[in-house]
Amino acid sequence: MRPVASATDLVVRRRGKVVLDHLTFAVEPGQVTGLLGPSGCGKTTLMRTLAGVQVISGGRAELAGFPAGDRRLRHRIGYATQEPAVYADLTLAENLRYFGTVLGLPRAARGAAIAGTIAELGLGGMENRLVGTFSGGELARVGLAVALLGEPDLLILDEPTVGLDPVLRGELWTLFRRLAAAGAAVLVSSHVMDEAARCDFLLFMREGRFLAAGTPSQLLARTGTADLESAFLELAAQRHEVRS
Amino acid sequence: MTAVSWALTWATARRVLAQLRHDPRTIAMMIAVPSVLMILLRYELNSAARLNRLAPELIGVFPFVVMFIVAAVTTQRERARGTLERLMAMPLGKLDLLAGYAIAFGIFACAEVAVVLLISLTWLGVRVPGSLAPLVLTAVLDALLGMSLGLFASAFARTEFQAVQFMPAFVLPQALLCGLVVARAQMTGVLRWLSDVLPLSYAVDAMQRITAGASWSGAVIGDIGIILAFTLAGLIGGALTLRRQAR
Repeated sequence: MRPVASATDLVVRRRGKVVLDHLTFAVEPGQVTGLLGPSGCGKTTLMRTLAGVQVISGGRAELAGFPAGDRRLRHRIGYATQEPAVYADLTLAENLRYFGTVLGLPRAARGAAIAGTIAELGLGGMENRLVGTFSGGELARVGLAVALLGEPDLLILDEPTVGLDPVLRGELWTLFRRLAAAGAAVLVSSHVMDEAARCDFLLFMREGRFLAAGTPSQLLARTGTADLESAFLELAAQRHEVRS
Repeated sequence: MTAVSWALTWATARRVLAQLRHDPRTIAMMIAVPSVLMILLRYELNSAARLNRLAPELIGVFPFVVMFIVAAVTTQRERARGTLERLMAMPLGKLDLLAGYAIAFGIFACAEVAVVLLISLTWLGVRVPGSLAPLVLTAVLDALLGMSLGLFASAFARTEFQAVQFMPAFVLPQALLCGLVVARAQMTGVLRWLSDVLPLSYAVDAMQRITAGASWSGAVIGDIGIILAFTLAGLIGGALTLRRQAR
């Protein structure tokens, strides 16, 4: 199947520092792709580049045949940043109505899309509460709700489960799997290795470069390790040896 | 940059108005502060005649100051909380966003001017020769000018604290040089030149001419044109500082 998003030799420099160092990858539809790596390794910059809000210094990044950042892509991508990025001084319904309008959802379909997303994220009954009064976990789900609103082809979710209650985390992963099963490409970043096993395909990232890419079982087989955390450590150690 | 989408502009205006509606204390201050200051001044001067000379100029300056702060802080917040980045990743034009802000704050400017004018004309006994229309129009445009400069200034503020500090930095020099403290005709050299390039000077010029009975004279219309030009320049500057892609 044709990838929804792909990059070739992608380089991003910020303030003179190389943040993404010649990355080549593809994000397939119908799959959950996990972007795993420690804080500060460039996960967020990679996601911002695909979302079209980061200038590219070298190489190419393409989505659905258009260069990243193309205006024709703007209603096809759902992007949830680490911070919820919603209006704290609006109610949940007001937030979703505004972002739904910006996404160009026709008036008739907007109400149904909003109700559907609210139900999907378990935010029912909170429509008329100010988002500023929500708990951290609720806020994170509001950020996700906005990303899901337009039924995007590509979902870019930056650490969507950080700090959430394990039950809720499980529910969100079920939701990601369901969205992928419905045909969307889901790109999820995390710095927690126990989430890696839930992905179909993994990109292990460290210091702006990929350590490895493959399915969880491929990465385990390649490193001869029993869990993905050990696989990551093994790959990082190998990279270190190659360099020195 | 593309044509403005009215659906998105109006949605943005409604969103900004909804945000303000959930913050009644800010609304109360935006509407009431200019009037309260005017009332204070009336009793400080203790003379309706002396107030009459100053009042129209202040009716132009107060909304300018209030709108500047509110717009600078609101936009800075939009940048800092990530909602601006989210919107820039969505199909929203920069002009849709700016025009939406202009409409929402324009509505507030009208309310603010209406209240301060009503109190000044009735309770405080201020008299304006001829039609009120040029005065009302100038006051509302001054408020929009404040909004536009606030939007532009917010691009240079990294924190909300800095955005508030822009009030004394951007606004007070204009207040000192606009003809409120010393008549512009008496300024010389650099001061006069500075006064000439600062937008608030034309707001006060227009108000002084209107109070002197000039009504819709060519000079008043010229001043209004200059205020409008500065407002547009501020909005264009604001649009240029809104970056869709970070470097």
